[in-house]
Amino acid sequence: MALTWKLSSYWDKFWHLANPKVFMGWSSRLLPIIIVMAAFCLSTGLIWGFFFTPDDARQGSTVKIIYLHVPAALVAINGYLLMFIGSLFWLIRRQHVSVLIAKATAPIGMAMTAIALLTGAIWGQPMWGTYWVWDPRLTSFFVLFLFYIGYIVLWSAIEDHDTAADLTSILALVGCGFALLSRYAVLFWSQGLHQGTTVTISDGVQQERISDVFFQPLLLSMVGFCLLFLALLLIGTRTELRVRRLKMLELREQML
Amino acid sequence: MIKLFWRDVTLAVRSGGGFGLALIFFLIVVVLVPFAIGSDQIMLSKVAPGVLWLGALLACLLSLDRVFGLDFEDGTLDLLATSPIPLEGVYLAKVAAHWLTTGLPLTLAAPIYGLLFNLDFEVRQLLFLSLLFGTPALSLIGSFGSSLVLGVKRGGLLLSLLVLPLYIPTLIFGAQVARSAAIGQNFEVPLVLISIVSLITLAILPFAAAAALRINLR
Repeated sequence: MALTWKLSSYWDKFWHLANPKVFMGWSSRLLPIIIVMAAFCLSTGLIWGFFFTPDDARQGSTVKIIYLHVPAALVAINGYLLMFIGSLFWLIRRQHVSVLIAKATAPIGMAMTAIALLTGAIWGQPMWGTYWVWDPRLTSFFVLFLFYIGYIVLWSAIEDHDTAADLTSILALVGCGFALLSRYAVLFWSQGLHQGTTVTISDGVQQERISDVFFQPLLLSMVGFCLLFLALLLIGTRTELRVRRLKMLELREQML
Repeated sequence: MIKLFWRDVTLAVRSGGGFGLALIFFLIVVVLVPFAIGSDQIMLSKVAPGVLWLGALLACLLSLDRVFGLDFEDGTLDLLATSPIPLEGVYLAKVAAHWLTTGLPLTLAAPIYGLLFNLDFEVRQLLFLSLLFGTPALSLIGSFGSSLVLGVKRGGLLLSLLVLPLYIPTLIFGAQVARSAAIGQNFEVPLVLISIVSLITLAILPFAAAAALRINLR
């Protein structure tokens, strides 16, 4: 009894955080910390990775692009997941912050997808001998990129904010299902050239795993990218909230 | 619902409804392909299943903005929303009409167009089957897209931008059926998979599309 009461009070407190005013409060306090941490992790991870790790036996120094490629890809995929969650919560609870988070995620996620695709292409040229192959992973990422574009374009096409929020949320929900479906359809469609997942937390004994020398800086830059994403996300959401508030103020001016 | 279905079919078939347009567009795509690729018979018959699928998909795209667009403009959709049929039902009736006037003709035409590419009878048969199972998904997804962009002026381009990525799984499985048949591989698995895609979209998209319609009619 006491436990359920406590849980539900935490639950309420959690949703209280999404109140626009409260959100502006805590995000403004949190933002500098996140930015500093992101800068620290990214600079340390990238400098460590680029200058203080040995060259790979077969791949030479081209392996170092992994410190940009993998974290960007990680953020790109999870960004879409976040968009899905934000849209879902908007449709259920009608909290403006959640849909604005989804809206702010899209451009960041798109940029990250582009980074992952570009770094992959740059790496692929010397390694695979081609900038692009129609490999399942590469293709799914391209599809993800298209989904991001569709979402952003739909947002910009509809004038009324609430209608746009509702429609893009529906698109994000349906799109997420189709993105998953495409992922597996693409697997079915073509055999891959891209390596499997070698960055795993669990100790893969039988599978080929990335060496610790590369893994530690990579982990750091992954954390750095996530923090960077979070910082950009908070900035984007705060901007959206301010834009909305400005519009409200303008409307009020006109009324008076 | 049945009346609504027949009304949409009649509207589409009568002149100006764009009934034949999709077929003609499909034919033009098919004729243009050899110009782009070259007239090598063997190569053409290799790419033909994919080309025919792609052509059918693009032709399907043409008539999508009519599914809800015209009714939204002249206010019919408001009347339908207040009628006893739920909007999910309206959506299904319109999808069925769209499929009957676009998907089915394309399905019937594809094996005939396949003759132009020197395709075997068996491949053409499977092309027909895969389109038969796949085009309902195309109509369902496309009409959902059409319900999303209702409020947007000149939403045609936006519509294709939204819908084309959603078409990817259907296209992959559909074209795979015909391609597998062409090289003598097992075609049953993709055939089942494309039916699954159609059925999943049939199960989920009516609700999504009806929600989008309600938002647009608000």
